Amino acid sequence: MSELTLTVMRLGFLAVLWLFVIVAVQVIRSDLFGTRVTQRGSRREAGRQQASRQAPPQQRQQSGGGRRGRNTPTKLVVTEGTLTGTTVALQGQTITLGRAHDSTIVLDDDYASSRHARIYPDRDGQWIVEDLGSTNGTYLDRTRLTTPTPISLGAPIRIGKTVIELRK
Amino acid sequence: MSSTTNPSTQHTSTIGAIGAPSRRNTELALLVFAVVIPVFAYANVGLALDDQVPAGLLSYGLGLGLMAGLGHLAVRKFAPYADPLLLPLATLLNGLGLVAIWRLDQSERLQQSRTFVEAAPRQLMYSAIGVALFVAVLFFLKDHRVLQRYTYISMAGALVLLLLPLVPGLGHNVFGARIWIKIPGLGTLQPGEFAKIVLAVFFAGYLMVKRDALALASRRFMGLYLPRGRDLGPIIVVWIISILILVFETDLGTSLLFFGMFVIMLYVATERTSWIVFGLLMSAAGAVGVASFEPHIQTRVQAWLNPEREFDLSRAGVQDGIVHSEQAMQALWAFGSGGTLGSGWGQGHSDLIGFAANSDFILATFGEELGLAGVMALLLLYALIVERGVRTALAARDPFGKLLAIGLSGAFALQVFVVAGGVMGLIPLTGMTMPFLAYGGSSVIANWALIGILLRISDTARRPAPAPASNPDAEMTQVVRP
Repeated sequence: MSELTLTVMRLGFLAVLWLFVIVAVQVIRSDLFGTRVTQRGSRREAGRQQASRQAPPQQRQQSGGGRRGRNTPTKLVVTEGTLTGTTVALQGQTITLGRAHDSTIVLDDDYASSRHARIYPDRDGQWIVEDLGSTNGTYLDRTRLTTPTPISLGAPIRIGKTVIELRK
Repeated sequence: MSSTTNPSTQHTSTIGAIGAPSRRNTELALLVFAVVIPVFAYANVGLALDDQVPAGLLSYGLGLGLMAGLGHLAVRKFAPYADPLLLPLATLLNGLGLVAIWRLDQSERLQQSRTFVEAAPRQLMYSAIGVALFVAVLFFLKDHRVLQRYTYISMAGALVLLLLPLVPGLGHNVFGARIWIKIPGLGTLQPGEFAKIVLAVFFAGYLMVKRDALALASRRFMGLYLPRGRDLGPIIVVWIISILILVFETDLGTSLLFFGMFVIMLYVATERTSWIVFGLLMSAAGAVGVASFEPHIQTRVQAWLNPEREFDLSRAGVQDGIVHSEQAMQALWAFGSGGTLGSGWGQGHSDLIGFAANSDFILATFGEELGLAGVMALLLLYALIVERGVRTALAARDPFGKLLAIGLSGAFALQVFVVAGGVMGLIPLTGMTMPFLAYGGSSVIANWALIGILLRISDTARRPAPAPASNPDAEMTQVVRP
């Protein structure tokens, strides 16, 4: 076997070996999993695209009709407490509130229970707030909730020191 | 809804859970790659040695491919979400090891030695047994947490395995190290390799229960957390056991491996750096203490400090009651003559190492024929296996799985370090085998079982949470930042 062929094979083998290592590292790179964080940046276009991607089509169909009505809230706004000023878009999903880490809105509040309350749309697209057996209670206006209650626009929902409202 | 505009929405970020895909097809593609590379190497050895493609190429390729395929099918069936890299990495290392062993079989110099046997066919058989054990682990071990029940049984089992070579009639002394047992009709076995896995199960189960006591009940002294005496008990016991192994079986590597694995797991379980300080001090004290009176260890240390002198003494045939070994120097020369790019497959002279060229010293063959570039790639392959093991530990949800995965990958890493460091002259040489590469049945079989357990843990860790459909809260979670 000629010297040249052997040299080519020798270098070729090293190249192939390193190629394997590189491919393996690429697999690791594409294999990162966990949570994906998407910033809804100032470019509204991107945000809009993402919003339409988030909501599964059936749900949009289902709640879409009611949403275009005049008194349908589109977002949830925190008006008092440590999270003041934050909003969550209402897209037909259930919003959970509490100190538990997997809550939609994680309350950093000593008066909140870990699973304090949830806000969800009923079949007609009307938003309902329900207390989940919290210790200190959930208040809609000034009344403590005992049953799932429909929320009207702008009515303050109070949990500990946090107040949230539904807005258009 | 999309027509709403509000400046405050700019602060909203959306967090969605990404389930890890199963990645089985990636694994298959990598496996094909991992089989092709050793086949290439095999052909290369044949072309370099006899100017022709070796006759056994087809059967060798098919054998390796069959093993890899079976392993892959077993993973697909029994652990569909397991890590995609571990199996291809292990297959590649095993295949390259087979090529190097076969290449050393072709050496006329080694063929003339008294103890010569064709090692490659045997190693292929051991690898097949190893893959069978791998499949068996995946099949029988449906949940790694089952092992937790056998915490103290595995402690007893590990001790029995370690003591077996000392049993008269069963133990088998090979060149100064009493770490083999002879099973009549079957050959020899190195129980220490299996004890590694069993002991990791014990440590994981024990530390999971005791971690809080070990981490919290301590006094602070000079920046170190001094643990209470009763918590110190187990580490002392393990230390004594490893010293006893060192004394009676003169197996420096295994004792270092066990103690190191325990210290790593202790550190991971308690997050206390002081354990590492204690561990290093104790292992240093133990090694120095034993080396001062154990002649077998003394020769190893001599060969490490003055390899050239030992080589000369051995060549001159000096008989002064001490075994002089020329291997250490030969290995260093092999690495040196390899240089950066190596001499090419089949064109080196690492067979000059003579005895144990294809087991303890196999890395020297790679160093000479593939050079620094090849050895770096090999070490990276080992590092990737360890990384995937640590990643598995990070992803595992149960503390037992975490500790077991970190213990197994830590032991694997330590073994690679002890062997590679020994062959390269960084630390005294110890009689251990390079995982997957080196010739040795017990090592290959035990390491395939180790990979099997790691795959099982990673399958559990990466499996997506079951049945999200009935849960209304399982939609996209929105986290709001002020």
